[in-house]
Amino acid sequence: MSQNHQVGTDLVKRGMAEMQKGGVIMDVVNAEQAKIAEASGAVAVMALERVPSDIRKAGGVARMADLRIVEEVMAAVSIPVMAKARIGHFVEARALEAMGVDYIDESEVLTPADEVYHIDKGLFTVPFVCGARNLGEALRRVGEGASMLRTKGEPGTGNIVEAVRHMRMMQSQIRKVQGMSRDELMTEAKDLGAPYELLLQIHETGKLPVVNFAAGGVATPADAALMMHLGSDGVFVGSGIFKSENPEKFARAIVEATTHYNDYDLIVRVSKELGGSPMTGLEISKLRPEDRMQERGW
Amino acid sequence: MKIGVLALQGAVREHLTLLEKVGVEAVAVKKQEQLQDLDGLIFPGGESTTMGKLIRKYDLLEPIRDFYRQGKPLFGTCAGLILLANKIEDADEPHLAVMDMTVKRNAFGRQVDSFEAKLPIKGVAEDFHAVFIRAPLITHVGSEVEVLAEVNGEVVAARQGHILCASFHPELTDDARFHQFFVDMVREAVAMR
Repeated sequence: MSQNHQVGTDLVKRGMAEMQKGGVIMDVVNAEQAKIAEASGAVAVMALERVPSDIRKAGGVARMADLRIVEEVMAAVSIPVMAKARIGHFVEARALEAMGVDYIDESEVLTPADEVYHIDKGLFTVPFVCGARNLGEALRRVGEGASMLRTKGEPGTGNIVEAVRHMRMMQSQIRKVQGMSRDELMTEAKDLGAPYELLLQIHETGKLPVVNFAAGGVATPADAALMMHLGSDGVFVGSGIFKSENPEKFARAIVEATTHYNDYDLIVRVSKELGGSPMTGLEISKLRPEDRMQERGW
Repeated sequence: MKIGVLALQGAVREHLTLLEKVGVEAVAVKKQEQLQDLDGLIFPGGESTTMGKLIRKYDLLEPIRDFYRQGKPLFGTCAGLILLANKIEDADEPHLAVMDMTVKRNAFGRQVDSFEAKLPIKGVAEDFHAVFIRAPLITHVGSEVEVLAEVNGEVVAARQGHILCASFHPELTDDARFHQFFVDMVREAVAMR
C-alpha cells in the first residue's frame, strides 16, 4: 500500500454500513446457519455462541462468542461477518479486530464488562455498531466512534414493541432538533446528554450522521417492513430466524419484505409461504427488571 | 433524460443524490416495468451476493440484459461492478455477465483493510477521492475493455463501450465528476438511438 492509502477512516467505517442499507443482518451460531443466511440473501451475519433468546434462557454471564465459532463462520461465507463484544470490554473488541471480523457490535445482549464506560471506538480500525433507545444515547455512541447504530429493542423476545418505541423516539427527537432555533441547541445537548457538535449537525441535515438499523424483537416479515416504514435503514434479526419453525423460509421472506416494505401484495405472498410459526414471543411487562437487556449501556 | 439506480439493496440514496446534483432526473428501480422509460442504469455498492439473488428472484436478469442490448448505458460501483462481470473468481456463476472481465471479490482483504486514496481516473479526474470498502479488483480484461484507473498496478475502473464500472464508491463522496462522465455517456447514447 502506498502512503496515499488511509485505512480505518470515518468515511471507510461509516461507508461500510452504508453498503448494508436495505438489507438484513442475521444472527448465526455456526457455519451451517451462516450458509443458510447467505443463501437467503443476508447482507451480513452476526456470529454468536447463542442467539439472544437462548442467552435469556441460559442466564449467567454472557461473554464474547467462542472465537472458534467466529472463525468457522468467517471461513464459511463471503458476506461480511460481525461479532459481539461486551459493553466496555475493549480487549474482547481488540481480539475480534485482530481476527479480521468486519464489524463489532458493542452489545447489551452480552453482560456488560464496564458499568460506567463504553469502548473508545474511534481508536479502532474495525468499525462498530451500537444500540440506542433515544437520540442522546445514539449520539453518545457516535461521539465514542460508533459508525453504525441500531435500536436496542428488547432482544430475544420476538416482540417488536420496544424497537418501535426506540425508532419512533429517535425520529421524533431528530425532527424536534431540526425545528429548533440554533440558540436552543446547547441546552438541548445538555438535556439529552449528547455532544453539541453532533446535535448541530442533525439540526442542519435533519438526519443521523450514520446508518441506523432496527434490532431487538423482529420476528416476522411484517415486523421488518414495519421498521423500514418507521425510518430504519435495514434490519437485524437475532433469534427470529433460527428460532422460527422454518429458518430458510423466514430468512428469505424477511429479506424480501425489507427490500419491498411498501409492496403489501408481496408481504402477503411471502407471509403465506413461511411454512411454520415464528419464534414464541415474550410480553415485555412480564420480564423482570434485571432481565431487560435494553437498560444495559449508559 | 432519466437514469435509474437499482434499489434492491445498498447505497441507493447516495447515487440518486449525485445524479440530481449533476441535474439529471433519477429514480430508484425495484421492478422490471420501471426499466422501460430509463436511458441508463446504475448498480450501487452493497452486497453483490444479496443483489444477485434478488435480481434473479424478481426476474430482472434478462430485462437488464435487453436494456443493455438496446444500447443503454450501465454503470456499476463495487458490488455493482461484480454484477456486470463475465466471470467471478471463486463463484459458480456470474450475474449479468455483460462485461468482458474477471473480478475477484474482497480482493484487498476484510473490512480492516478497506481504505481511501486519491487516484487519477482517465477522462474523469487527476485526483479523484476513491473509497474502497471490501472492494473487488478486475483481474483480467478482454480486448474491448479500456482501463480507466489502477491501484498498485491492478485495475479498479474500466469501460467497455457503453458500460462503466469502478471497484470503489464515487457515491460516498460529494464529487460528482464520475457521475458526470456517466451522464455524458448516457447523453451520447440517447443521441445515437
